[in-house]
Amino acid sequence: MTAVVTACYHCGETCSNTDITINEKTFCCEGCKLVYELLNGHQLCDYYRLNDRPGIPQRVPVRKDKFAFLEEEKIIQQLIQFRDETRTHITFYIPNIHCSSCLWLLENLHRLHGGVQRVTVNFARKEAQVVFLHEQLSLRGVVELLTTIGYEPYISLQDLQGNKKSISRQLIYQLGVAGFCFGNIMLLSFPEYFSGDGGMDTGLFRWLNLALSLPVFFYSAQVFFRSGWSGIRHGFLNIDVPIALAILVTFVRSVSDVLTDSGAGYFDSMTGIVFFMLAGRVLQEKTYQGLSFDRDYTAYFPIAVTVVSDEKETQVALPEIRSGQTLLIHHQELIPADGILLKGEALIDYSFVTGEATPVRRTVGEIIYAGGYQLSGNITLLTIKEVAQSYLTSLWNRRELKEEKAKAPSFIHLLGRYFAWLVLSLAAITAAWWAVHDPSRIWPAVTAILIVACPCGLLLAASFTNGFILRILSGQRLYLRNAAAIERLADTDHIVFDKTGTLSSRNSAEVCFYGQPLSAAERRDIAALAAQSSHPLSKMVYAYCGTGTSPVQHFVSQPGKGISGQVHNNLIRLGNADFTGAGNDDSPDGSAVYLNMNGRVYGRFSVRNAYRKGIQGLFRRLRGRFALSLLSGDNDREAGAFRELMGPSATLRFEQMPQDKLDYILQLQQQGQRVLMVGDGLNDAGALLQSHTGISVTENSNNFTPASDGILEAAQLPLLPDLIQTCRNGKHIILTSFIISLIYNITGLFFAVQGTLSPLVAAILMPASSISIILLTWGMSTAAGKRLQQKASQTADDKDQLPG
Amino acid sequence: MSVIILLLGASLTVGLTFLAAFIWSVRSGQFEDDYSPAHRILFDDTPKDNTYTDTTLKQS
Repeated sequence: MTAVVTACYHCGETCSNTDITINEKTFCCEGCKLVYELLNGHQLCDYYRLNDRPGIPQRVPVRKDKFAFLEEEKIIQQLIQFRDETRTHITFYIPNIHCSSCLWLLENLHRLHGGVQRVTVNFARKEAQVVFLHEQLSLRGVVELLTTIGYEPYISLQDLQGNKKSISRQLIYQLGVAGFCFGNIMLLSFPEYFSGDGGMDTGLFRWLNLALSLPVFFYSAQVFFRSGWSGIRHGFLNIDVPIALAILVTFVRSVSDVLTDSGAGYFDSMTGIVFFMLAGRVLQEKTYQGLSFDRDYTAYFPIAVTVVSDEKETQVALPEIRSGQTLLIHHQELIPADGILLKGEALIDYSFVTGEATPVRRTVGEIIYAGGYQLSGNITLLTIKEVAQSYLTSLWNRRELKEEKAKAPSFIHLLGRYFAWLVLSLAAITAAWWAVHDPSRIWPAVTAILIVACPCGLLLAASFTNGFILRILSGQRLYLRNAAAIERLADTDHIVFDKTGTLSSRNSAEVCFYGQPLSAAERRDIAALAAQSSHPLSKMVYAYCGTGTSPVQHFVSQPGKGISGQVHNNLIRLGNADFTGAGNDDSPDGSAVYLNMNGRVYGRFSVRNAYRKGIQGLFRRLRGRFALSLLSGDNDREAGAFRELMGPSATLRFEQMPQDKLDYILQLQQQGQRVLMVGDGLNDAGALLQSHTGISVTENSNNFTPASDGILEAAQLPLLPDLIQTCRNGKHIILTSFIISLIYNITGLFFAVQGTLSPLVAAILMPASSISIILLTWGMSTAAGKRLQQKASQTADDKDQLPG
Repeated sequence: MSVIILLLGASLTVGLTFLAAFIWSVRSGQFEDDYSPAHRILFDDTPKDNTYTDTTLKQS
């Protein structure tokens, strides 16, 4: 045996010992070895050749009956996509897909089991479509087969309700058609422009142009007509109204020119501008396939749960659970509905709900709220509410949250509106002028004004800038739901933070010892005792005290109370206040471990979540620039530290229920403040939805995050002020490009008011202005991106750890 | 002039072919997952008996 650290051949994790070997290959656990044996037995070892140690750790075995619910015909029917006499088609979401080995293995699944016909992986969406013969292999069999090789499909309640997202490709088709027609019309317009007087007969070209413009007008430009019309219907003049009007006027004028044989029309300008605007729209509506911004509780909840009735266990689909039923919750299962604990020892991990890393203990007879994971064995509970009415889920089902937020209209629309009025009055003045001097020129002059003065420069500037900014932000791992979020983020003046899970890390907890100082030998003894228990708190104490390997005598573990034992000559008791005789427990539930050595209380180990790195610097930069608030579900023991961090003017609120957080946001909004909420868990969900911008912080963007406007990776949190600054820069870029595009508009208007705007002038002005706007926004956005990049590397350099 | 008509017809036909190809490629989802096809093509289609195995396992 070597002392060198060995990495598992399957998953690459460090092996704690080198006992588990086969073919001179070492594995970290039996699970990994089993997968290797299975793959090797089916000649699938290419899996290990494509990538080094590509496997998924198999240390935590999956419960045997976990997928028993897939036997229920009713559930199967709702999950599968298609079934005939022999074959079934189904698509699974498999979060573990991460490399080409995964792709290869999954697509060769048929070699593992003859019942599988074909597997097609969509890597970007982490989905696998499986076609299998249901005579040979049941749905449960397929899922269990995937699970044994480490690719457990994620099946949640959301799948049952059938709201699968579908990507709309309409815009791409419209762009393609517009591009085709624009290119050809441009080509066919050359004879017109260059033939000169008395040249060739261009009638045929004009008619062809007219024909080619029809698909653009009737198909590609639909987006603008629809959006403009819905704006008018809702009494809101958005920017698409003047744009739709300009497209319409250009088309009518051009068609009438061709029909009356009085000109070539402005078909190339019209199709060109539609093409460029569509391209901007496609760029702006970039979607992140791997991320979902609309998750509600159904994405976290399982599909079915075990119900015990008359001593019999049956699998019941979650929506059919009523109050008064007895549920059996297995180890590591989620608690789907509020209930009273009937039997067993409940140790519940609410880290997802509250962000708190320490599990909470509940005893028989107490109420357990839905949303947590059971950590210590099986429990039974009696439901007191239906799933949809449980405390957390009901927060989500509130009607006001379901309605679309009444968002403040973008400044683009307001600017577009002023622009439109200006143009209309200019057209009216010109019409009046020509009515007096030469009535025959009213029609060409007015239509030309409307063609030239289309605020497409503004729309182009906005959509391209937004598209670029979205990409820059995603480079810094802030993924925004849509372009509107950029502007709302830029307008933020009040930032509200959640504490646990957002400012403090969800996974790492810090242990502090308060009391009489401990000697190194004592620490080792305590560690030796703590090592005997698998309770999360014991593990933390063990990690804090260092390694102790001394033998423990008379070890006793009392569930829910603590552990005791003798190490060397010290009789040590670790546990809650009662168990150790410490008297009153003045710390919150489940976060302190008292130490009693040889009959004397030494003190307590206090467990609290560690703050994220760089928090101090973050608040130093935010103070003074934004109003700050902190909302925490915890008690106020850390109030002093946060007062110092966030400054005297910050509002700190502790012991906030999810409803309180939501109400606080509402209260700020009533005072006219534009609130950015930064949160993470389900308990922030209401506040995230209600705020102007809700950003959920996550440690891994593949994890599940509550519905919000943006997802930010936790390590990037100190960069928040720069991210907001980038959004503000975006606004400046739009304004600057718009002002520059006005030069082109004014040049065009100079010809238009005189009624002498020739199609050639329009054909030069339009692409010139469009392309210069695109280049300008691209250049300025790249510069803004560079500045953000610099700030990011600076912030990374001076990340400071909060002392204590 | 009649030559131009011929040329126009040809150029439009070529253009339409590419438009159709573009629409077909979007419809078949080629722009949605740019990872799997690029890697899939690199996988060897090894016949079953030729596949890499650990022979030592059979001995043990």
